[in-house]
Amino acid sequence: MDLNRRLFLGAATAAATLSAPMLRAQDRPKVVVIGGGAGGATAAHYIAKDSEGAIDVTLVEPSRTYHTCFFSNLFLGGFVPVESLGHSYGKLAGMGVNVVHDWAVGVDRDAKTVALAGGGSLPYDKLIISPGIDFVDGSVPGWSLATQSVMPHAYKGGTQAELLKAQIAAMPEGGTYAMVAPPNPYRCPPGPYERVSMVAHHLKQANPTAKILIVDPKEKFSKQALFEEGWAKHYGGMIDWIGPDFGGDVVEVRPGTMEIVIDGAVEKVDVANVIPAMKAGRIAEQAGLTNDAGWAPVSPDMMQSREDEDIHVLGDASQQGDMPKSGFSANSQAKVAAMAVRGALTGSKVFPARYSNTCWSLIATDDGVKVGASYQPTDDKISKVDGFISQTGEDAALRKATYEESIGWYQGITSDMFG
Amino acid sequence: MAWRSPTLASFALALAAGAAYAADEIGDADRGADLFYECAGCHEVGAGAVDGVGPHLNGIFGRRAGAIEGYPYSKAMARAGADGMEWHLDTLDAYIENPKALVSRTRMNFDGLSEPQDRADMLAYLRIFSANPADIPEAEPTARADLPDLDPAILAIEGDPDYGEYLSSECTTCHQRDGGDGGIPAIILWPTEDFVVAMHAYKQKMRPHPVMQMMAARLSDEEIAALAAYFATLNP
Repeated sequence: MDLNRRLFLGAATAAATLSAPMLRAQDRPKVVVIGGGAGGATAAHYIAKDSEGAIDVTLVEPSRTYHTCFFSNLFLGGFVPVESLGHSYGKLAGMGVNVVHDWAVGVDRDAKTVALAGGGSLPYDKLIISPGIDFVDGSVPGWSLATQSVMPHAYKGGTQAELLKAQIAAMPEGGTYAMVAPPNPYRCPPGPYERVSMVAHHLKQANPTAKILIVDPKEKFSKQALFEEGWAKHYGGMIDWIGPDFGGDVVEVRPGTMEIVIDGAVEKVDVANVIPAMKAGRIAEQAGLTNDAGWAPVSPDMMQSREDEDIHVLGDASQQGDMPKSGFSANSQAKVAAMAVRGALTGSKVFPARYSNTCWSLIATDDGVKVGASYQPTDDKISKVDGFISQTGEDAALRKATYEESIGWYQGITSDMFG
Repeated sequence: MAWRSPTLASFALALAAGAAYAADEIGDADRGADLFYECAGCHEVGAGAVDGVGPHLNGIFGRRAGAIEGYPYSKAMARAGADGMEWHLDTLDAYIENPKALVSRTRMNFDGLSEPQDRADMLAYLRIFSANPADIPEAEPTARADLPDLDPAILAIEGDPDYGEYLSSECTTCHQRDGGDGGIPAIILWPTEDFVVAMHAYKQKMRPHPVMQMMAARLSDEEIAALAAYFATLNP
């Protein structure tokens, strides 16, 4: 272990200059990270790796096996097994991260402690909160968390995706899968439309007369031209999109009778995938870091909460400017925050922030597309610098390469998160 | 070797009416035929040419990179083709000048031809075996900007590996630190010069790939050198 070697060398040669790692564990500065996803796991990983034992890092995450939300659409389409989405925290623990499997239920910002559902309390010098999203109560009348087993959202990693897949598999011949799409802003902008593509891919083989209905409050959506081209090419006639011009923004659901009411017109459906409006994961709200819109505003240079300089908020929960809410974005932001936290606690070098994002989507077998951009901090927000998007009419070889690239990215980001 | 077979003269003559003008404009095809001796250990060209260690080069002008069915291309060349690279006078010229600049890590074991006249003559010779008139150049090959256009001072920059380590976190969301290369190529343990040349080729939009062009676009010369210094020594 590097720390021990340093300790030995330090004692023998230059004790004064190597004093930081010699502090006893309870004297080391403490970082608590809430949430073990693309933001939190990456932050814990980078702080532990780069501080080489000088910082005491605790990661609070309820799940022992974390299921990524990204790529869960590929599971729905039958392209990857559910097991491939699960990741353990064993390697992070091996790198010295204290992994606590519990819920963070409160933050005392004056005492600088995090309360755990299991009763414990964790002191911190710096707190990183990366809790993902929660749903806005009442945003889809008739739907609540109590009905999520009847009308799943499947928009968080874990069992919801398996439930949705089972419901789709059980659809009667010629039945209807309906999606209530979320209003902006929400995590993974192309996600609902990739999901529709994956459901269509499955139904085309298993239930070719089935129908797909998207009820959408938005005038337009991410990668729209690419999805519409792909849907016409691969799934002609199967998918209907109802935008706000046709009542897509006036929707109510009735879980008891499996009905969706679109601007007064009642549709009986077989699967109702309701993705409500979103807000920051609730611990951000409990910590008093969110605004009226439900998100936690942060500084563009280091993702520092506007409410508390000892707290950084990452990923979907943050309100930072131009970056989309995505796992890639959270991972990118985590590295900037990790560097800032180390700099503040140990005096390590802090370089200017830079951010980037790419979102890949699969439309059909070997038909992948992507959109991405680079970002930098400006005075009041993170601003887009440059970007690109796949083009309609691209040939099959490029689309296949794009899909293969997304598989490579999954390997890359998950090892960047979990070690 | 097909290119030196007795049928070559008559084959070239048969094509001369349509293609000689194009070859003339590029360079001296006869001299190119002599130079091709260096390539002939691996590549065949001419009537009946087949794939050997390297793919045959008939019809290379206008062909997409990595496009011959059944030839076992390196991942790097297959990717370049999937990204849309095609062989035309400019890309061929850049490739044979320094094969690792345009497409890194192919299986082609060739250092390149540094003399512009050698490349022009070689390509004039190869041009004879491509019938597509769309490939006839409109300008002298020397009109092409030297790609990537690199001041030797840029190659001489000593990169700061610590800064490279910080910058690398932007790379490792996709490129794995342990050298895994499924779908996305490995970038660890590259010679620093190859790394620098490749990044500048993206920055100058000479190598195709929208993500890499975007990422390279905002890297300064020092930052590219820093990344090269870091990844050159990163052991999985």
